Parts: sequence; structure tokens; C-alpha cells
Amino acid sequence: MPAWLPRFVRPRLLKEQGIVGMNARNARYIAAWNARRFYPRVDDKLQTKQLALDAGLAVPELHGVVRTHRQIRDVRTQLPTYTDGFVIKPAHGAAGDGILVIEGWRGDRPRRAGGRAMELSELDDHMSNILSGMYSLGGRPDVAMIEQRVRFSSIFDSVSYRGVPDIRTVVYRGYPVMAMMRLPTQDSDGKANLHQGAVGTGIDLGSGRTIGGVRYNKPCREHPDSEQSIVGLQIPGWEQLMELAAGCYELSRMGYLGVDVVIDADRGPLILELNARPGLAIQIANGEGLDHRITAVEAHMVARETETPAERARWAAEVFARPENTQRDEP
Amino acid sequence: MKRFHLPILIVLLSAIGLGVFAYKVSALGMPLQPDATAETWLVEARVRYQPTGGATTVELRIPNRLPNFSILDEGYVSRGYGLNTLSQADDRVAQWTTRQPRGEQVLYYRATLYRDGDDRSEAEYPGPVAAPEWTEPFHSAAEALIDDVRERSSNIQSFASVLVNDLANAPPASNAAVFIESDDNRTRRTETLIELLATARIPARQVTALRLVDGRRDVEPQTWLEVHNTRRWVPIDPETGTVEYPDDVVVWSHGSAPLLEVSNGENAEVRFAVSRGVQDALATIQRFGETLDTRILDFSTLDLPLGTQNTYRVLLMVPLGAMIIVFLRNVIGIQTFGTFMPVLIALSFRETQLLTGIILFTLIVSLGLVVRFYLEHLRLLLVPRLAAVVSVVIMLMLAISVLSHHLGFERALALSLFPMVILAMTIERMSVVWEEHGPADAITQGVGSLVVAAAAYGLMANRQLEHLLFVFPELLLVLLAITLLLGRYTGYRLTELFRFGRIQDAMRRTD
Repeated sequence: MPAWLPRFVRPRLLKEQGIVGMNARNARYIAAWNARRFYPRVDDKLQTKQLALDAGLAVPELHGVVRTHRQIRDVRTQLPTYTDGFVIKPAHGAAGDGILVIEGWRGDRPRRAGGRAMELSELDDHMSNILSGMYSLGGRPDVAMIEQRVRFSSIFDSVSYRGVPDIRTVVYRGYPVMAMMRLPTQDSDGKANLHQGAVGTGIDLGSGRTIGGVRYNKPCREHPDSEQSIVGLQIPGWEQLMELAAGCYELSRMGYLGVDVVIDADRGPLILELNARPGLAIQIANGEGLDHRITAVEAHMVARETETPAERARWAAEVFARPENTQRDEP
Repeated sequence: MKRFHLPILIVLLSAIGLGVFAYKVSALGMPLQPDATAETWLVEARVRYQPTGGATTVELRIPNRLPNFSILDEGYVSRGYGLNTLSQADDRVAQWTTRQPRGEQVLYYRATLYRDGDDRSEAEYPGPVAAPEWTEPFHSAAEALIDDVRERSSNIQSFASVLVNDLANAPPASNAAVFIESDDNRTRRTETLIELLATARIPARQVTALRLVDGRRDVEPQTWLEVHNTRRWVPIDPETGTVEYPDDVVVWSHGSAPLLEVSNGENAEVRFAVSRGVQDALATIQRFGETLDTRILDFSTLDLPLGTQNTYRVLLMVPLGAMIIVFLRNVIGIQTFGTFMPVLIALSFRETQLLTGIILFTLIVSLGLVVRFYLEHLRLLLVPRLAAVVSVVIMLMLAISVLSHHLGFERALALSLFPMVILAMTIERMSVVWEEHGPADAITQGVGSLVVAAAAYGLMANRQLEHLLFVFPELLLVLLAITLLLGRYTGYRLTELFRFGRIQDAMRRTD
């Protein structure tokens, strides 16, 4: 059969594989467990950060907040003091829109991630766009956040092109159920968006090792640009990351939650943002459906009193571990 | 209970919707086709007389409630006369009055009739009638005839039929032959029959009816016999004994009183002319509904002013379009810009037609995108930029209209009906998707929107569906029920079968 021909699959097979479709996700998980009144905790990144700090969860440091156009000028004088670079992002941005990463300075010009030097005035424009609501849902006025640029752990340098690999964990009612790492490629222009050609690789929840993934819906074991293997990479601070993800349930009260984490070279896993409507690509990256794991969590919860995030993370690591990875750990 | 809440609601909504729909179709005969026609009959009674001097009163018996027809419309032509209609038992009397008529006088009464099925409604039983006093030899002949007929019949109706047949086929010198007179006609025969039936204590009456024949200028009124069978009046042909009126016979008046009475006039005559008309079924039903005692048609969309009707003809299609969107998004899984933008685009396609509409839409959105990318360089704030895009969109529309008008391409002028604010928002959203997720995504979603709009248009421009929803707005309840049902669909979308189908190679086998 030619590759371009649509290859349909019987719904029954998907059901056996536990694949969750968009409608089922919306009705059974999001509508059932994500209360409308808690959405601002997740959609407003400023609020998320505040809640995370209060709960003692690790997040990138917040340098400042720009709320009015007048403040843009004030903040401009301050920016060059962040010699390690910084990130400007809208508090209400969706799907990573409107995030500008400045890696450092070339003279008095900011240097973007990817090496292109910018004018300072371009930063002003970007902040101005954020304030006028260009990246927020419904175009509502927004605020711009300026935060610490994460200094990525260099261990993923060989498997990411320019941008930032991030780790998405789906947390169901406080239990991490599935995780993937998104590796930017040349095709995806340094963005960690699977749809644009980034590589997604599943992660074994037990060991924190990558298990190989997909790119453009095809199985993939090497990074397309560096040709380095993306199988068996150990994510540093995995236990810490799992606890962090589980802990996000308490701060957001969202029963179906996506937690995006990046690994800082010094501080380890940091919560980048939370997502109340995590997509279904994680199933593709892991080559496994979410449904069976969610059923397991529900069965576990029936018998259990409320557990602490650490207990939940441990339980998930134990139950959702992949046997082949655990075996390989033995020398 | 909570589990059954939605199913019950869905069943209830569809039951109400379909119930009212079925009632309107079967009981009121409302047409399912947009171009359906209904047969109507125009009956004209023409009264002529010569005045003999002095004040004149003309009295014409006209129908009141007909058993198998309804009067959609009626009118009187009588210049210089005072007109008065009086109710008299089962009929009405049109009374024309004037003081000093000169020369031959002609008066008209016209009625538009619509056949609405047989009315078998019951009538109060007047009780057994008094037997007439016969002289011999009629007395013994009548007694013998009635005994004989009673032997061969089972009830009042069959008694009357047998009696009619006996008289019609009376051999000479039989008991029946005694009652057949030399100047026999339908009216004389009917009178005789009524007397004979009275001997058997059966109430009967005379009815004047007209046979509807298209194009006849001179229809002779026919006399019919009606027998009361203790429940209702049963019509019987006094010559053949056939029961019930044929479809083309309309009852004009009851009783033996003459149709026309003129005081101070001579040579008075009434002539009936009949012609068949074909009218729009919907208008006919509407007028027919007014003659009925039904509340349903009082709340019909057909009573609205015409301009409002035309608006609702379009608006009532929107729920259908919205349902299509739900289906295409949640069951098929097509991505579109804006949830209901395609419905609005589809509405404007109604004016431009599909192909022209798609070309114009693509043209405006592409040009708008070019302008939008230029505006990006000017680094405007969001709202001013949106305002600028709206202005540019309108200027583009104007330019295209002027250009196409010069080229004689008039259909493109309907462009002005495009929802320009929606277009501007589409351009804005598309450019953001273009920048953030690349041209492939933007174009996919743009084409998706167009496909959905075209599909919605295909249904929304359907005249049959438009007619159904406009004449039977209760069908919206059924649409609502289907939408609620779709709202509970948690199965896979068609595009997901494809999306997850492609990665089957990457699926880890759990076994």
C-alpha cells in the first residue's frame, strides 16, 4: 500500500490499545475532573508560578512582570543586567505562542535563541504585542512575564536542535500516568512541537529513561539532525520530576493535567507551565494508549486514602514501569 | 435518574417535534414539497331578475359549513345593494336589498372551495317523525311497500337505499309504481321518498348540491336525499341509491325551500358556474387553517410579515448548519477557524452561489493575509491592527465588486453580503497560526473551514430542507435532540482513526 494513502484503523483495535480520542478526553477527563473555577490557576502562568512558589515547587525564577505599556520602558533599562539571558512570555499564552527566549547579549543587542541578534526595540514591540493580547485567548489584554532563562542541562545537547527539550507528564487525579520528552529539530525550527517535526519520545516512568519515539508519525530511534540515539537516555532527577508533577495536582486542583518540565543544569527539574487540556500526542510518542493506565489509577484510588505526592509518584513509577527497561538497568 | 436525564430529554424533544410535524402533515395536509399545489374550485352563483318596481329584496341561500369542502374565500358583487347575511339552520341566506332598481339586475356570489376530506361528524337525532296522512290507494300501497322493504333491509341506511332502488326500478303495477308520477324528476322523487320514509318514521331531508365540472357555465343544482340514521345525516342519491357524496359534489343548501326568492321582481333565475383553480398549496392550507378551529396555525411562521418570513427562512437554517458543524468537528474531526465561522460563510454562499463564493472567499482571505503580513512590519497594537484589517477587507470587497461589475460579472456583487468582521478575524487567526505553526497548518485549517462551509451550504441552500424547516419549525426540536445526542459522542473521530492508524507500526505490543 502506498505510504500516502490514508491508513485507517478499526475503532475496536484502538480501543484495545487504550487510545483515548479527542471526544473521550474532553468528556471523560477534562469535563469530569477539571473544574471551570480552577482554570485561571493553570491558564494564568503568573498565578501558576505564585502557587508553585507557595507550595515550594521548583520553577524558573521570575525577574519581573510588565503590566502596562509605560512599564516597557522601565524594564528595558533593567534587561541588560540579566547577562545569562532571559525569557519573555505572555501570562495567558497558549501552546507556547509568544515565548521569546534571549540567550545573552552581543554588545548592547539581545541575542535570540538560535543566535540571531535583535534590536532592543523589537523586544519592546514583542512586549507590546503581549500586552495588547495578541497571544491570549480571545485577544484579551495580557501581562508579560520576564523570567530566568533556564540553563539546560547539556546532556540533551546532542539530541536537540537549538531549542529546549521539555518533558510533558500527564497527571491524572494526582498520579503521573505517562510522560514524554519533546526534542526540537531543524524541521521544527527549534520548537518542541511534534506537529512541526519535533521528535517525541516516550519515557519509562519507572526509570526515567527514554524509550524511543516517533517523528512525523513514524517510529524513530535517532535524532534526525545529529543521528544520536534517543533510546535509553537517562533524565536526571527523575524521581524529583515525578514528585514535582504529582504535586502540581494539589496546586491546580485539575484532575487531568499536563505538566511541562525543563531540566536546569544547576537546579534540576523546573515546572515551566501547566496545561489543563493536554493533547493526545503523548500516546503516539509512547506507542501506548492512556486509557489502561487511567483505569489502573482509578482502581488504585478506590481502595486508597489520599496519598502524598511522593507516595503517588512512587506508586506510578512502580506500576507503570516498563519491564524491559528495568531489566536493562542490571549490568 | 441522572443517567436517563439526557436520553429522556432527547426522546421527549423528538417526540414533540415529530408529533406536531405528523399532525400538521396528516391532519392539516400541509405540503412537504416546496412547490406543491392544491386544487381549489371557484363556484359562482349568478342571480338575474327583472324588477317590477318598488323596493326589492333578493334572498339567495348560500352554504354555511360544507361536509366535504371548506370555503377558503367568498365575495359578493352587488353594486347599489345593501347586503346582509343571515344564518338559517344549516345554511346562510344572502339578503340583497335595494330601493329603486331599474332594468335587468345581475348579482353575484363567489366562493372558493377546497376539498378537505369527508366530514362524518355526528348530528343530533331529531326523533321519529310523524307519519303523513295518505289517501287510498296510496295508504295501503305505502304500508305494503314499507313492510316489503323492511323485510329486505337491516338498518335505516339500507332501508333507505332499498327503497330508492325499488322506486327506481319499479315494475309497472307494483306497489312502488304507484308513487312514480308522470312528471318525475330528482326533486319530485326526493319529496316522495321523504314522505315514504316518514311513513316508516325515519327523518329525512332534501339537500341541494352542485356537481363540480371544470369550465361549466351552467351547472344544474341536483337534489339529494339525506337520511338520519340516529347518529348522523347519510346522503343518498335519490335515483341510484348510492350512499355518500362523490368527491365532485358539493352541498349548497339544505331543505326544500327554493334557492332564490325575489320580492318585487320577475323572471328571477340563479345559474351556477364552476371553474377549477390551482393554487400554491401552502397559501391554500393557510386559508384553510383559518376556517378550522385549530390553535396550531395561529402560531405559524406563515402569519409573519413577508420580510420577516424571508429573514426566518434563512435563520431557521442556521441550527441545521450548526449541527453539521458539530458533526464535522466531533465525529469527522475537521479543523476549522472559529467554531461557527463556516456557517456564516455558508450563509453568504447562498447569495453568491458555491463556486463564486469559494473563489471570492479565497481571494479576499489571500489578499487580506498579504496585507496582514505587511501590517505586521508596522508593529501595530492588536485592536488597531484588527480595525485596519477590517478596513482593508472592506476596501478589497469594494474593489472586487467594482471590477467585476465592469467585467459584467454581476454575481460577484453579492460579495457585499460576506460577513466582513468574521473575514477579518479569520485573516487575523490564520496569520497567527501561519506564524506560530507554519503555513501548512494555516492552509489546512483554511481549507478545512472552506470544506465545512461548502458542506453546510450544500444543506442550507437546499430548498426542500428550507421549506421543511420554515413550514414545520417544530423540526428544530428534532435537530436539537440530534445535537444533544452528538454532544454525548465520546467515540473516536474519523480523522483519529487515520491519525492513530498511521502510527500502528510504532505501537508497542503489550503481549
